[in-house]
Amino acid sequence: MLKSQIYKIKTKVINKARIKSPWMMHFDATSCNGCGIEILACLTPKYDIERFGIVEKGNPRHSDILLVTGAVSYKMKDRLKLIYDQMPEPKIVIVVGVCGISKGIYQGCYNIIGPIDKVIPVDIYVPGCPPRPEAIIDGVIKGLTLWKAKLEKYDEKKENEKY
Amino acid sequence: MNEDTCYTLPLGPQHPALIEPEYLKIHLDGETIVNVDINLGYMHRGIEKALQQRTYQQDQFLIEKICGICSSIHTLTYCNAIEKLLEVDIPERAKYIRMIVAELERLHSHMLWVGIAGYEIGFDTVFHMSWRDRELVMELLENISGKRVGYSMNTIGGVRRDISKDMAENIRTIMDKIDIRLNHYINVFVKDSTITKRTKNTGILTQKDAIKYSAVGPVARASGISCDLRKKAPYLLYDNVDFKEITHNTNDVESRAVVRLKELLESTKIIRQCLHLMQKGELTIKIPDTVPEGETISHGEAPRGEIFYYARSDGTDKPYRIKIRTPTLSNIHSLQAMLKGQQLADLPIIVASIDPCFSCTDRITLLNTRTGMSKSVDATYLKTLKR
Repeated sequence: MLKSQIYKIKTKVINKARIKSPWMMHFDATSCNGCGIEILACLTPKYDIERFGIVEKGNPRHSDILLVTGAVSYKMKDRLKLIYDQMPEPKIVIVVGVCGISKGIYQGCYNIIGPIDKVIPVDIYVPGCPPRPEAIIDGVIKGLTLWKAKLEKYDEKKENEKY
Repeated sequence: MNEDTCYTLPLGPQHPALIEPEYLKIHLDGETIVNVDINLGYMHRGIEKALQQRTYQQDQFLIEKICGICSSIHTLTYCNAIEKLLEVDIPERAKYIRMIVAELERLHSHMLWVGIAGYEIGFDTVFHMSWRDRELVMELLENISGKRVGYSMNTIGGVRRDISKDMAENIRTIMDKIDIRLNHYINVFVKDSTITKRTKNTGILTQKDAIKYSAVGPVARASGISCDLRKKAPYLLYDNVDFKEITHNTNDVESRAVVRLKELLESTKIIRQCLHLMQKGELTIKIPDTVPEGETISHGEAPRGEIFYYARSDGTDKPYRIKIRTPTLSNIHSLQAMLKGQQLADLPIIVASIDPCFSCTDRITLLNTRTGMSKSVDATYLKTLKR
Protein backbone atom coordinates (compact mmCIF):
# COMPACT_ATOMS: atom_id res chain seq x y z
CA MET A 1 0.00 0.00 0.00
CA LEU A 2 2.68 2.44 1.06
CA LYS A 3 4.83 1.45 -1.88
CA SER A 4 2.10 2.22 -4.38
CA GLN A 5 1.46 5.60 -2.74
CA ILE A 6 5.10 6.54 -2.98
CA TYR A 7 5.07 5.46 -6.60
CA LYS A 8 2.02 7.62 -7.25
CA ILE A 9 3.62 10.72 -5.72
CA LYS A 10 6.86 10.05 -7.58
CA THR A 11 5.17 9.81 -10.96
CA LYS A 12 3.12 12.92 -10.21
CA VAL A 13 6.28 14.94 -9.57
CA ILE A 14 8.02 13.49 -12.62
CA ASN A 15 5.00 14.16 -14.83
CA LYS A 16 4.79 17.75 -13.68
CA ALA A 17 8.39 18.21 -14.76
CA ARG A 18 7.91 16.31 -18.01
CA ILE A 19 4.96 18.45 -19.07
CA LYS A 20 7.12 21.55 -18.71
CA SER A 21 9.95 20.26 -20.86
CA PRO A 22 8.78 18.16 -23.78
CA TRP A 23 11.43 17.58 -26.43
CA MET A 24 10.46 17.59 -30.06
CA MET A 25 11.99 16.15 -33.18
CA HIS A 26 11.44 17.13 -36.77
CA PHE A 27 11.46 14.52 -39.50
CA ASP A 28 11.31 15.47 -43.14
CA ALA A 29 9.49 12.64 -44.93
CA THR A 30 9.77 13.82 -48.54
CA SER A 31 8.49 17.37 -48.35
CA CYS A 32 9.63 20.48 -50.20
CA ASN A 33 11.41 21.95 -47.08
CA GLY A 34 8.88 24.78 -46.94
CA CYS A 35 7.35 23.39 -43.74
CA GLY A 36 10.82 22.51 -42.48
CA ILE A 37 12.09 26.08 -42.51
CA GLU A 38 8.88 27.27 -40.86
CA ILE A 39 9.43 24.73 -38.06
CA LEU A 40 12.99 26.00 -37.67
CA ALA A 41 11.64 29.55 -37.66
CA CYS A 42 9.55 28.54 -34.60
CA LEU A 43 12.82 28.08 -32.67
CA THR A 44 14.14 31.54 -33.47
CA PRO A 45 13.75 34.69 -31.36
CA LYS A 46 10.65 36.01 -33.10
CA TYR A 47 8.44 32.98 -32.41
CA ASP A 48 10.57 31.26 -29.77
CA ILE A 49 8.92 27.92 -29.02
CA GLU A 50 11.48 27.44 -26.22
CA ARG A 51 9.32 29.55 -23.91
CA PHE A 52 7.12 26.44 -23.58
CA GLY A 53 10.16 24.44 -22.57
CA ILE A 54 10.32 22.76 -25.96
CA VAL A 55 13.78 21.93 -27.27
CA GLU A 56 14.49 20.61 -30.75
CA LYS A 57 16.39 17.32 -30.59
CA GLY A 58 18.00 15.25 -33.30
CA ASN A 59 17.51 11.88 -31.67
CA PRO A 60 14.15 10.07 -31.68
CA ARG A 61 15.10 8.21 -28.49
CA HIS A 62 15.21 11.53 -26.62
CA SER A 63 12.03 13.09 -27.96
CA ASP A 64 8.36 13.11 -26.96
CA ILE A 65 6.87 14.99 -29.89
CA LEU A 66 7.43 14.05 -33.54
CA LEU A 67 6.80 16.70 -36.15
CA VAL A 68 6.46 15.12 -39.58
CA THR A 69 6.31 17.05 -42.83
CA GLY A 70 5.68 15.86 -46.35
CA ALA A 71 3.99 13.05 -48.19
CA VAL A 72 5.91 9.81 -47.67
CA SER A 73 7.90 8.31 -50.54
CA TYR A 74 8.53 4.58 -50.88
CA LYS A 75 12.17 4.89 -49.84
CA MET A 76 11.25 6.94 -46.78
CA LYS A 77 8.42 4.72 -45.50
CA ASP A 78 10.53 2.25 -43.49
CA ARG A 79 12.68 5.02 -42.02
CA LEU A 80 9.63 6.90 -40.79
CA LYS A 81 8.26 3.74 -39.16
CA LEU A 82 11.64 3.01 -37.56
CA ILE A 83 11.92 6.51 -36.13
CA TYR A 84 8.38 6.30 -34.74
CA ASP A 85 9.15 2.96 -33.08
CA GLN A 86 12.35 4.30 -31.54
CA MET A 87 10.50 7.04 -29.65
CA PRO A 88 9.68 6.27 -26.01
CA GLU A 89 6.04 5.96 -24.87
CA PRO A 90 3.92 8.04 -24.58
CA LYS A 91 4.45 10.01 -27.79
CA ILE A 92 2.62 12.56 -29.91
CA VAL A 93 2.79 12.79 -33.70
CA ILE A 94 1.99 16.11 -35.34
CA VAL A 95 1.68 16.37 -39.11
CA VAL A 96 2.68 19.77 -40.46
CA GLY A 97 1.58 20.81 -43.92
CA VAL A 98 -1.13 19.75 -46.27
CA CYS A 99 0.88 17.13 -48.21
CA GLY A 100 1.17 15.02 -45.05
CA ILE A 101 -2.58 15.20 -44.61
CA SER A 102 -3.83 14.46 -48.11
CA LYS A 103 -0.83 14.34 -50.51
CA GLY A 104 -1.59 17.99 -51.35
CA ILE A 105 0.15 19.21 -54.48
CA TYR A 106 1.86 15.82 -55.02
CA GLN A 107 -1.45 14.21 -55.97
CA GLY A 108 -0.70 11.75 -58.74
CA CYS A 109 3.09 11.59 -58.31
CA TYR A 110 4.20 7.98 -58.78
CA ASN A 111 6.67 7.73 -55.92
CA ILE A 112 4.36 9.08 -53.21
CA ILE A 113 2.58 6.68 -50.83
CA GLY A 114 0.38 9.38 -49.43
CA PRO A 115 -0.86 10.66 -46.10
CA ILE A 116 1.34 10.05 -43.07
CA ASP A 117 -1.51 8.36 -41.15
CA LYS A 118 -1.18 5.50 -43.62
CA VAL A 119 2.25 4.75 -42.15
CA ILE A 120 2.13 5.82 -38.47
CA PRO A 121 -0.72 6.90 -36.14
CA VAL A 122 -1.20 10.67 -36.08
CA ASP A 123 -2.62 12.83 -33.27
CA ILE A 124 -2.66 16.41 -34.57
CA TYR A 125 -2.93 17.84 -38.09
CA VAL A 126 -1.71 21.35 -38.91
CA PRO A 127 -2.95 22.31 -42.39
CA GLY A 128 -1.36 24.92 -44.64
CA CYS A 129 1.15 25.01 -47.46
CA PRO A 130 3.22 25.76 -45.46
CA PRO A 131 1.44 26.68 -42.19
CA ARG A 132 2.61 29.84 -40.49
CA PRO A 133 4.89 29.43 -37.44
CA GLU A 134 2.01 30.63 -35.24
CA ALA A 135 -0.15 27.77 -36.54
CA ILE A 136 2.63 25.24 -35.90
CA ILE A 137 3.08 26.51 -32.33
CA ASP A 138 -0.69 26.28 -31.82
CA GLY A 139 -0.63 22.69 -33.06
CA VAL A 140 2.22 21.81 -30.72
CA ILE A 141 0.43 23.34 -27.72
CA LYS A 142 -2.73 21.38 -28.57
CA GLY A 143 -0.53 18.31 -28.80
CA LEU A 144 0.85 19.02 -25.34
CA THR A 145 -2.60 18.81 -23.70
CA LEU A 146 -3.18 15.54 -25.52
CA TRP A 147 0.23 14.31 -24.43
CA LYS A 148 -0.61 15.15 -20.81
CA ALA A 149 -3.71 12.98 -20.97
CA LYS A 150 -1.73 10.20 -22.62
CA LEU A 151 0.95 10.44 -19.96
CA GLU A 152 -1.55 9.98 -17.12
CA LYS A 153 -3.19 7.06 -18.88
CA TYR A 154 0.19 5.49 -19.53
CA ASP A 155 1.20 5.80 -15.88
CA GLU A 156 -2.05 4.18 -14.74
CA LYS A 157 -1.46 1.30 -17.10
CA LYS A 158 2.10 0.90 -15.91
CA GLU A 159 1.05 1.00 -12.27
CA ASN A 160 -1.58 -1.68 -12.83
CA GLU A 161 1.05 -3.88 -14.41
CA LYS A 162 3.38 -3.36 -11.48
CA TYR A 163 1.02 -3.96 -8.57
CA MET B 1 47.07 1.85 -38.51
CA ASN B 2 45.02 -0.26 -36.15
CA GLU B 3 42.50 -2.48 -37.90
CA ASP B 4 39.96 -2.02 -35.14
CA THR B 5 39.88 1.71 -35.70
CA CYS B 6 38.64 1.38 -39.29
CA TYR B 7 34.88 1.55 -39.54
CA THR B 8 32.07 3.17 -41.46
CA LEU B 9 29.60 5.52 -39.91
CA PRO B 10 26.21 5.91 -41.54
CA LEU B 11 24.76 9.40 -41.34
CA GLY B 12 21.18 10.00 -42.28
CA PRO B 13 18.49 10.43 -43.34
CA GLN B 14 17.24 12.57 -40.46
CA HIS B 15 18.74 15.65 -38.79
CA PRO B 16 17.45 18.67 -36.88
CA ALA B 17 19.15 21.16 -39.17
CA LEU B 18 17.46 19.48 -42.16
CA ILE B 19 17.30 20.87 -45.70
CA GLU B 20 17.42 17.45 -47.39
CA PRO B 21 17.35 13.93 -46.01
CA GLU B 22 20.29 12.18 -47.56
CA TYR B 23 22.44 9.29 -46.52
CA LEU B 24 26.20 9.50 -46.19
CA LYS B 25 28.29 6.41 -45.53
CA ILE B 26 31.53 7.62 -44.07
CA HIS B 27 34.61 5.39 -44.04
CA LEU B 28 36.78 6.30 -41.11
CA ASP B 29 40.26 5.49 -39.89
CA GLY B 30 40.11 6.54 -36.28
CA GLU B 31 38.84 10.10 -36.46
CA THR B 32 40.01 10.76 -39.99
CA ILE B 33 37.66 10.42 -42.93
CA VAL B 34 39.00 8.07 -45.59
CA ASN B 35 36.12 8.06 -48.04
CA VAL B 36 32.46 9.01 -48.37
CA ASP B 37 29.63 7.25 -50.20
CA ILE B 38 26.62 9.41 -51.00
CA ASN B 39 23.18 7.86 -51.27
CA LEU B 40 20.40 10.11 -52.53
CA GLY B 41 16.80 9.52 -53.50
CA TYR B 42 14.83 9.90 -50.28
CA MET B 43 13.19 13.01 -51.65
CA HIS B 44 12.31 11.58 -55.05
CA ARG B 45 8.67 12.36 -55.69
CA GLY B 46 8.41 11.97 -59.45
CA ILE B 47 7.77 15.63 -60.20
CA GLU B 48 9.10 15.59 -63.78
CA LYS B 49 6.58 12.90 -64.72
CA ALA B 50 3.76 14.71 -62.91
CA LEU B 51 4.61 17.90 -64.83
CA GLN B 52 3.78 16.13 -68.08
CA GLN B 53 0.32 15.21 -66.82
CA ARG B 54 -0.71 18.77 -65.94
CA THR B 55 -1.21 21.91 -67.99
CA TYR B 56 1.36 24.70 -68.21
CA GLN B 57 -0.67 26.83 -65.79
CA GLN B 58 -0.98 24.05 -63.20
CA ASP B 59 2.73 23.24 -63.51
CA GLN B 60 3.71 26.63 -62.05
CA PHE B 61 2.41 25.58 -58.64
CA LEU B 62 3.96 22.13 -58.69
CA ILE B 63 7.33 23.57 -59.74
CA GLU B 64 7.18 25.93 -56.79
CA LYS B 65 7.04 22.91 -54.51
CA ILE B 66 10.27 21.36 -55.82
CA CYS B 67 12.05 23.34 -53.15
CA GLY B 68 10.44 25.45 -50.46
CA ILE B 69 13.54 27.57 -49.94
CA CYS B 70 14.28 28.61 -53.53
CA SER B 71 10.77 28.42 -54.94
CA SER B 72 10.84 31.75 -56.76
CA ILE B 73 13.89 31.01 -58.93
CA HIS B 74 12.33 27.70 -60.03
CA THR B 75 9.17 29.35 -61.31
CA LEU B 76 11.19 32.21 -62.76
CA THR B 77 13.31 29.86 -64.85
CA TYR B 78 10.27 27.79 -65.85
CA CYS B 79 8.31 30.89 -66.90
CA ASN B 80 11.33 32.17 -68.85
CA ALA B 81 11.50 28.86 -70.71
CA ILE B 82 7.80 28.81 -71.58
CA GLU B 83 7.88 32.46 -72.63
CA LYS B 84 10.76 31.60 -74.94
CA LEU B 85 8.62 28.86 -76.50
CA LEU B 86 5.68 31.27 -76.83
CA GLU B 87 8.04 33.93 -78.27
CA VAL B 88 6.62 36.68 -76.09
CA ASP B 89 8.35 39.48 -74.21
CA ILE B 90 6.98 40.32 -70.78
CA PRO B 91 6.60 43.94 -69.56
CA GLU B 92 9.69 45.63 -68.14
CA ARG B 93 8.09 46.27 -64.74
CA ALA B 94 7.34 42.55 -64.40
CA LYS B 95 10.98 41.76 -65.12
CA TYR B 96 12.16 44.12 -62.39
CA ILE B 97 9.67 42.69 -59.89
CA ARG B 98 10.86 39.17 -60.72
CA MET B 99 14.45 40.29 -60.09
CA ILE B 100 13.53 41.92 -56.77
CA VAL B 101 11.76 38.78 -55.51
CA ALA B 102 14.63 36.57 -56.71
CA GLU B 103 17.19 38.71 -54.86
CA LEU B 104 15.04 38.83 -51.70
CA GLU B 105 14.92 35.06 -51.91
CA ARG B 106 18.72 34.93 -52.13
CA LEU B 107 18.86 37.16 -49.05
CA HIS B 108 16.64 34.91 -46.97
CA SER B 109 18.28 31.71 -48.23
CA HIS B 110 21.84 32.80 -47.49
CA MET B 111 20.92 34.26 -44.10
CA LEU B 112 19.33 30.91 -43.32
CA TRP B 113 22.62 29.30 -44.31
CA VAL B 114 24.64 31.60 -42.04
CA GLY B 115 22.45 30.48 -39.15
CA ILE B 116 22.81 26.79 -40.02
CA ALA B 117 26.59 27.19 -40.32
CA GLY B 118 26.69 28.74 -36.85
CA TYR B 119 24.53 25.93 -35.52
CA GLU B 120 26.77 23.24 -37.01
CA ILE B 121 29.89 24.57 -35.31
CA GLY B 122 28.01 24.83 -32.02
CA PHE B 123 27.72 28.62 -32.10
CA ASP B 124 23.99 28.97 -31.46
CA THR B 125 24.18 32.74 -31.00
CA VAL B 126 24.93 33.19 -34.71
CA PHE B 127 21.96 30.95 -35.53
CA HIS B 128 19.54 33.00 -33.47
CA MET B 129 20.92 36.35 -34.59
CA SER B 130 20.89 35.65 -38.30
CA TRP B 131 17.42 34.06 -38.16
CA ARG B 132 16.16 37.12 -36.31
CA ASP B 133 17.47 39.34 -39.11
CA ARG B 134 16.10 36.92 -41.68
CA GLU B 135 12.60 37.59 -40.34
CA LEU B 136 12.94 41.16 -41.69
CA VAL B 137 13.27 39.72 -45.20
CA MET B 138 10.46 37.24 -44.59
CA GLU B 139 8.18 40.09 -43.55
CA LEU B 140 9.07 41.94 -46.75
CA LEU B 141 8.29 38.87 -48.86
CA GLU B 142 5.00 38.45 -47.04
CA ASN B 143 4.25 42.11 -47.59
CA ILE B 144 4.91 41.81 -51.34
CA SER B 145 3.40 38.40 -52.11
CA GLY B 146 1.12 37.58 -49.17
CA LYS B 147 3.02 34.45 -48.22
CA ARG B 148 6.18 33.65 -46.29
CA VAL B 149 7.23 30.59 -48.25
CA GLY B 150 6.30 29.77 -51.84
CA TYR B 151 5.30 33.24 -52.99
CA SER B 152 3.65 32.38 -56.35
CA MET B 153 4.78 35.74 -57.74
CA ASN B 154 5.87 34.60 -61.19
CA THR B 155 3.34 33.50 -63.73
CA ILE B 156 3.71 32.82 -67.44
CA GLY B 157 3.50 36.27 -69.00
CA GLY B 158 4.46 38.42 -66.01
CA VAL B 159 3.97 38.67 -62.27
CA ARG B 160 0.85 38.41 -60.12
CA ARG B 161 1.30 41.35 -57.75
CA ASP B 162 2.65 44.85 -57.93
CA ILE B 163 5.10 46.63 -55.65
CA SER B 164 3.49 49.88 -54.48
CA LYS B 165 5.30 53.09 -53.53
CA ASP B 166 4.90 52.42 -49.80
CA MET B 167 6.26 48.93 -50.20
CA ALA B 168 9.26 50.26 -52.18
CA GLU B 169 10.01 52.71 -49.39
CA ASN B 170 9.69 49.91 -46.85
CA ILE B 171 12.06 47.71 -48.86
CA ARG B 172 14.66 50.52 -49.02
CA THR B 173 14.67 51.11 -45.26
CA ILE B 174 14.94 47.40 -44.50
CA MET B 175 17.77 46.98 -47.04
CA ASP B 176 19.71 49.67 -45.15
CA LYS B 177 19.18 47.78 -41.89
CA ILE B 178 20.23 44.49 -43.46
CA ASP B 179 23.40 46.02 -44.95
CA ILE B 180 24.55 46.96 -41.44
CA ARG B 181 23.84 43.46 -40.14
CA LEU B 182 25.59 41.81 -43.10
CA ASN B 183 28.73 43.85 -42.55
CA HIS B 184 28.62 42.70 -38.95
CA TYR B 185 28.37 39.03 -39.97
CA ILE B 186 31.25 39.36 -42.44
CA ASN B 187 33.29 40.79 -39.57
CA VAL B 188 32.25 37.88 -37.34
CA PHE B 189 33.08 35.21 -39.91
CA VAL B 190 36.47 36.72 -40.80
CA LYS B 191 37.71 37.87 -37.40
CA ASP B 192 36.00 35.89 -34.62
CA SER B 193 38.51 33.28 -33.49
CA THR B 194 35.86 30.80 -32.30
CA ILE B 195 34.55 30.63 -35.86
CA THR B 196 37.78 30.92 -37.84
CA LYS B 197 39.36 28.08 -35.86
CA ARG B 198 36.64 25.79 -37.19
CA THR B 199 36.30 27.19 -40.69
CA LYS B 200 39.85 28.07 -41.82
CA ASN B 201 41.60 25.29 -43.76
CA THR B 202 38.70 22.86 -43.37
CA GLY B 203 36.89 21.33 -46.32
CA ILE B 204 39.41 22.36 -48.95
CA LEU B 205 38.10 22.18 -52.52
CA THR B 206 40.81 23.19 -54.95
CA GLN B 207 39.97 24.88 -58.23
CA LYS B 208 40.96 21.75 -60.13
CA ASP B 209 38.67 19.56 -58.01
CA ALA B 210 35.81 22.06 -58.27
CA ILE B 211 35.96 21.76 -62.06
CA LYS B 212 36.38 17.97 -61.89
CA TYR B 213 33.32 17.49 -59.65
CA SER B 214 31.38 20.21 -61.56
CA ALA B 215 30.66 22.43 -58.57
CA VAL B 216 28.39 25.41 -59.20
CA GLY B 217 27.33 28.59 -57.45
CA PRO B 218 28.94 29.87 -54.25
CA VAL B 219 30.87 26.60 -53.80
CA ALA B 220 32.65 27.07 -57.13
CA ARG B 221 33.06 30.81 -56.62
CA ALA B 222 34.72 30.14 -53.26
CA SER B 223 37.31 28.10 -55.18
CA GLY B 224 38.09 31.03 -57.45
CA ILE B 225 35.93 30.04 -60.45
CA SER B 226 33.87 32.86 -61.87
CA CYS B 227 30.52 31.29 -62.77
CA ASP B 228 27.77 33.76 -61.86
CA LEU B 229 25.10 33.37 -64.55
CA ARG B 230 23.76 36.82 -63.82
CA LYS B 231 27.05 38.10 -65.29
CA LYS B 232 27.99 35.30 -67.69
CA ALA B 233 24.62 34.84 -69.38
CA PRO B 234 22.32 37.63 -68.19
CA TYR B 235 18.64 36.80 -68.11
CA LEU B 236 15.82 39.27 -67.35
CA LEU B 237 17.45 42.70 -66.99
CA TYR B 238 20.58 41.80 -65.05
CA ASP B 239 22.75 43.54 -67.65
CA ASN B 240 21.02 46.84 -66.79
CA VAL B 241 22.03 46.81 -63.14
CA ASP B 242 25.49 47.32 -61.76
CA PHE B 243 26.91 44.68 -59.41
CA LYS B 244 30.11 42.75 -58.83
CA GLU B 245 30.63 39.03 -59.10
CA ILE B 246 32.11 37.80 -55.81
CA THR B 247 34.89 35.23 -55.93
CA HIS B 248 37.28 34.18 -53.21
CA ASN B 249 40.24 31.88 -53.47
CA THR B 250 41.05 30.40 -50.09
CA ASN B 251 38.97 27.30 -51.05
CA ASP B 252 37.87 26.50 -47.48
CA VAL B 253 34.62 26.77 -45.51
CA GLU B 254 35.40 30.34 -44.50
CA SER B 255 35.75 31.24 -48.17
CA ARG B 256 32.25 29.88 -48.86
CA ALA B 257 30.82 31.89 -45.99
CA VAL B 258 32.51 35.08 -47.16
CA VAL B 259 31.34 34.58 -50.76
CA ARG B 260 27.74 34.09 -49.62
CA LEU B 261 27.73 37.07 -47.29
CA LYS B 262 29.43 39.45 -49.75
CA GLU B 263 27.02 38.28 -52.44
CA LEU B 264 24.17 39.51 -50.27
CA LEU B 265 25.63 43.02 -50.18
CA GLU B 266 25.47 42.92 -54.00
CA SER B 267 21.89 41.64 -53.77
CA THR B 268 20.76 44.61 -51.72
CA LYS B 269 22.51 46.83 -54.29
CA ILE B 270 20.55 45.14 -57.10
CA ILE B 271 17.25 45.53 -55.25
CA ARG B 272 17.82 49.27 -54.73
CA GLN B 273 18.69 49.74 -58.40
CA CYS B 274 15.64 47.76 -59.51
CA LEU B 275 13.37 49.91 -57.35
CA HIS B 276 14.98 53.01 -58.87
CA LEU B 277 14.81 51.81 -62.51
CA MET B 278 11.23 50.46 -62.30
CA GLN B 279 8.80 52.44 -64.46
CA LYS B 280 5.03 52.37 -64.19
CA GLY B 281 3.40 49.89 -66.54
CA GLU B 282 1.59 46.64 -67.13
CA LEU B 283 2.31 43.58 -65.00
CA THR B 284 1.16 40.78 -67.29
CA ILE B 285 0.43 40.14 -70.92
CA LYS B 286 -2.24 37.77 -72.16
CA ILE B 287 -0.89 34.41 -73.25
CA PRO B 288 -2.60 31.48 -74.99
CA ASP B 289 -3.30 28.16 -73.26
CA THR B 290 -1.51 26.06 -75.87
CA VAL B 291 2.18 26.39 -76.54
CA PRO B 292 3.53 26.00 -80.11
CA GLU B 293 5.72 23.01 -80.91
CA GLY B 294 9.41 23.37 -80.10
CA GLU B 295 12.13 22.96 -77.51
CA THR B 296 14.17 25.36 -75.47
CA ILE B 297 16.50 25.74 -72.47
CA SER B 298 16.54 28.30 -69.73
CA HIS B 299 18.81 28.91 -66.79
CA GLY B 300 19.10 31.07 -63.72
CA GLU B 301 21.35 31.71 -60.75
CA ALA B 302 19.63 30.19 -57.74
CA PRO B 303 20.99 30.90 -54.23
CA ARG B 304 22.83 27.57 -54.37
CA GLY B 305 24.10 27.80 -57.95
CA GLU B 306 23.09 27.24 -61.51
CA ILE B 307 19.57 26.02 -62.19
CA PHE B 308 18.71 24.59 -65.57
CA TYR B 309 15.40 23.88 -67.32
CA TYR B 310 14.79 22.08 -70.58
CA ALA B 311 11.26 22.31 -71.96
CA ARG B 312 9.76 20.59 -74.98
CA SER B 313 6.29 21.22 -76.29
CA ASP B 314 4.24 19.16 -78.77
CA GLY B 315 1.67 21.87 -79.51
CA THR B 316 -0.85 20.93 -76.80
CA ASP B 317 -1.63 22.58 -73.46
CA LYS B 318 0.56 20.07 -71.59
CA PRO B 319 4.37 19.94 -71.81
CA TYR B 320 5.88 16.94 -73.62
CA ARG B 321 8.97 16.95 -71.38
CA ILE B 322 10.46 19.18 -68.74
CA LYS B 323 13.93 18.40 -67.43
CA ILE B 324 15.23 20.13 -64.33
CA ARG B 325 18.81 20.26 -63.08
CA THR B 326 19.23 21.69 -59.62
CA PRO B 327 22.45 23.04 -58.06
CA THR B 328 22.69 20.76 -55.01
CA LEU B 329 22.96 17.66 -57.17
CA SER B 330 26.01 19.19 -58.86
CA ASN B 331 27.53 20.32 -55.59
CA ILE B 332 27.03 17.23 -53.50
CA HIS B 333 29.67 15.22 -55.37
CA SER B 334 32.35 17.73 -54.45
CA LEU B 335 31.83 16.57 -50.85
CA GLN B 336 33.99 13.57 -51.71
CA ALA B 337 36.94 15.85 -52.41
CA MET B 338 36.21 18.13 -49.45
CA LEU B 339 35.87 15.42 -46.81
CA LYS B 340 38.88 13.24 -47.57
CA GLY B 341 41.50 13.50 -44.82
CA GLN B 342 39.34 15.71 -42.61
CA GLN B 343 38.39 15.10 -39.00
CA LEU B 344 35.00 13.56 -38.22
CA ALA B 345 34.12 16.51 -35.97
CA ASP B 346 34.45 18.88 -38.93
CA LEU B 347 32.04 16.85 -41.05
CA PRO B 348 28.83 18.75 -40.15
CA ILE B 349 30.21 22.17 -41.04
CA ILE B 350 31.82 20.88 -44.26
CA VAL B 351 28.59 19.24 -45.40
CA ALA B 352 26.65 22.34 -44.40
CA SER B 353 29.11 24.50 -46.33
CA ILE B 354 27.66 23.33 -49.65
CA ASP B 355 24.21 24.15 -48.25
CA PRO B 356 22.36 20.80 -48.29
CA CYS B 357 21.51 18.59 -45.29
CA PHE B 358 21.94 15.11 -43.81
CA SER B 359 21.81 13.41 -40.51
CA CYS B 360 22.72 10.96 -37.84
CA THR B 361 20.30 8.37 -36.47
CA ASP B 362 21.21 4.93 -37.68
CA ARG B 363 23.01 1.85 -36.52
CA ILE B 364 26.75 1.49 -37.05
CA THR B 365 28.27 -0.74 -39.73
CA LEU B 366 31.88 -1.68 -39.21
CA LEU B 367 34.05 -1.83 -42.29
CA ASN B 368 37.69 -2.73 -42.43
CA THR B 369 39.18 -0.30 -44.92
CA ARG B 370 42.12 -2.68 -45.54
CA THR B 371 40.21 -5.83 -46.37
CA GLY B 372 36.90 -4.31 -47.39
CA MET B 373 35.04 -6.69 -45.05
CA SER B 374 32.07 -5.15 -43.33
CA LYS B 375 30.01 -6.30 -40.37
CA SER B 376 26.97 -4.85 -38.70
CA VAL B 377 26.96 -4.42 -34.94
CA ASP B 378 24.14 -4.59 -32.42
CA ALA B 379 23.42 -2.94 -29.11
CA THR B 380 25.41 -5.46 -27.04
CA TYR B 381 28.56 -4.67 -29.00
CA LEU B 382 28.02 -0.97 -28.43
CA LYS B 383 27.69 -1.65 -24.71
CA THR B 384 31.07 -3.36 -24.68
CA LEU B 385 32.52 -0.30 -26.43
CA LYS B 386 31.16 1.90 -23.69
CA ARG B 387 33.34 0.23 -21.07
